[in-house]
Amino acid sequence: MISDLLTAQVLIGVLASGIRLATPYLYAALGETFSQRSGVLNLGVDGQMLLGAFAAFYVVFETGNLWLGVLAAMIVGAIMGLAMAFVSVNLGAEQGISGIGFYLFGLGMSDLLFQQMLGSVETVSGFKPIHIPFLSDIPVLGEILFSQNIMVYLAYLLVPISTIIINRTTLGLKIRAAGENPQAADSLGVSISRVRYFTVILGGVFSGVAGASLSIALLNVFQQNLTSGLGFIAVALVYFGGWRPAGVLVGSLIFSMVNALQLWVQIKNIPIPSDIAIMMPYGLTILALVIAVQRVRPPSALSKRFERGE
Amino acid sequence: MKAPSRQLSPLLRIVEILLPFLATLAALLVGAVMLIFLGANPFEAYRSLLEGAFGSPNAVADTIVKATPLLLVALGICIAFRGGVINIGGEGQLVVGAVMATMVGLSFPDAPGWLIIPLSALVGFAGGAFWGGIAGFLKAQFNVNEILSTIMLNQIAVQCMNDLLRCPMIEPVQLQAASRIPQTARLAQAFDLPRLVPTRLHLGALIAVIVAVLVYIFLWRTVVGYRIRATGLNPDASRYAGIPVKRYIILSMLLSGGLIGLAGAIQVFGVHHRMFTDGSATGFTGSAGFNGIVVALFGQLHPLGAIPASFLFGALLVGANKLQRAMQVPAAFLTALNGLVVVFVVGSEFWRRRWSRLRRTEAMDTAAQSIGSEAESEVKA
Repeated sequence: MISDLLTAQVLIGVLASGIRLATPYLYAALGETFSQRSGVLNLGVDGQMLLGAFAAFYVVFETGNLWLGVLAAMIVGAIMGLAMAFVSVNLGAEQGISGIGFYLFGLGMSDLLFQQMLGSVETVSGFKPIHIPFLSDIPVLGEILFSQNIMVYLAYLLVPISTIIINRTTLGLKIRAAGENPQAADSLGVSISRVRYFTVILGGVFSGVAGASLSIALLNVFQQNLTSGLGFIAVALVYFGGWRPAGVLVGSLIFSMVNALQLWVQIKNIPIPSDIAIMMPYGLTILALVIAVQRVRPPSALSKRFERGE
Repeated sequence: MKAPSRQLSPLLRIVEILLPFLATLAALLVGAVMLIFLGANPFEAYRSLLEGAFGSPNAVADTIVKATPLLLVALGICIAFRGGVINIGGEGQLVVGAVMATMVGLSFPDAPGWLIIPLSALVGFAGGAFWGGIAGFLKAQFNVNEILSTIMLNQIAVQCMNDLLRCPMIEPVQLQAASRIPQTARLAQAFDLPRLVPTRLHLGALIAVIVAVLVYIFLWRTVVGYRIRATGLNPDASRYAGIPVKRYIILSMLLSGGLIGLAGAIQVFGVHHRMFTDGSATGFTGSAGFNGIVVALFGQLHPLGAIPASFLFGALLVGANKLQRAMQVPAAFLTALNGLVVVFVVGSEFWRRRWSRLRRTEAMDTAAQSIGSEAESEVKA
């Protein structure tokens, strides 16, 4: 039973698919890291992902051009991010609730477009695995690390890039200032709204790509509610990762491996009801949140509206 | 500093009350554009919406039936938000309340209705309270963000429901059938909530209105309610004043989840008479857990304001259903429209905040002026 899970085949499978399945979490959670560091809690990630996933899938289905699909997902994500930025920055709306609104909109809209423009579940041939010469020939490790598709490699590449942007650039300093002490930053001439617009739109772009990574790189299909709440877990991963890209990476890996394990539990016919297995990541998220918040403090101005001169 | 046109205030007051309606109208306007793209005539569509909501006594009854869970959820949301807790977990709390209440009904099929109905309502309340209480406890004890924990609890509740309905609670007939629809057997007829008039309108609506009045009395006329509101307004000051803030955070989530769980129980005993799932929460709840938040905001987080707000929102949903059937628009359109309404209503709060600030400065100005003129006259004297 449980020992069925401890074979080399399963372990390599779990690691390889864990690394692959971390991709959408990584994109979405890295994007969310930027917006949360600047003080905006974007709960609409899942909706943005769904729309991005559909846009990418549809473009690839029609044109066969994968990069055009990614671009479409980025544009759709950016538009959704723009809307979220307007509502949370200019209108100062309660971010937890407006985010749910955007989620519902994305959920319904992506399904609606899917029904109108495709009508049935189709498949596309998405990004193919790239076997890195020599490295992919290493037994075990090669299969796990160096035989993934380009979207996977890019996601991991974004981790150090995000770290450098947040910690080592002026832009990153402005982002952190906007999230920690917007009043002080504002008095020093940093435009809080411009910074937050930038991060929320960037977050939207990342979410769109996260969706695309599902629909044209990992699963190569689109269907109703393709993400099934993955975007919400991504938001939680930002908390878990202590608002740092490296922490987000660790969280994404843990989660995707739990997910991969959960799939193997089903494949191996281990008598755990599938509904309970699907539940595991969510339960783990709550546990992770309990542990995470004891370690790091969230950005002080997170999800608080900023009004000048108060 | 002199602000122009001070006389606008009474007018602003009316606009302020109408604000959520205007926001909804704006959302419907965007919906109209979507309808045009879907090849439907928006005028015809929205006419069928109005007809569906108010066109006949049956339509009005349906609207009230739809409004009932929304009102109870909104009341739960009022308590949580007033206590400073953002409860996004309505969906999960509804599901847990409904499943637990159904269990009671299924366990005692031969018991009399007067016993089982109140008992299952109580159990539904307890179930929702438990589910909400988890998030409250995690927030109070470990400082876990309640928005995230309630979202995760929603997903967990749904999976538990799916598992229960696919196996232990499934209608025995379904086990033989090839389709195996995940639903329970119909509850005994004796447990149906009594109808108020010969329509689908059931006792639940009356209960919800009574609960609204009780919640109002609780929040504004009792010490515990006052402390919940104090905790929400300023947790630090409340702590200094000796209020055990943690305990009140948990309490507000218990009550909030409880009322939402009660809504779930009433949905089962008043409307569906069984529990079922389509794999997600929405199949059973119809997103009432989220829409209740909008209703609560509509009613300005006031329990009595939630009554008309829930009626209007119920009308919107019933009408939209009719629209969907009449115009052959996919149900996904409603989900998207629903999301737009949420965004627009929450966004419109901007103007309310702005105007209330305007009123504040205005009041301070007048006060300052009268003090100034008093001082002047004193000097003259």
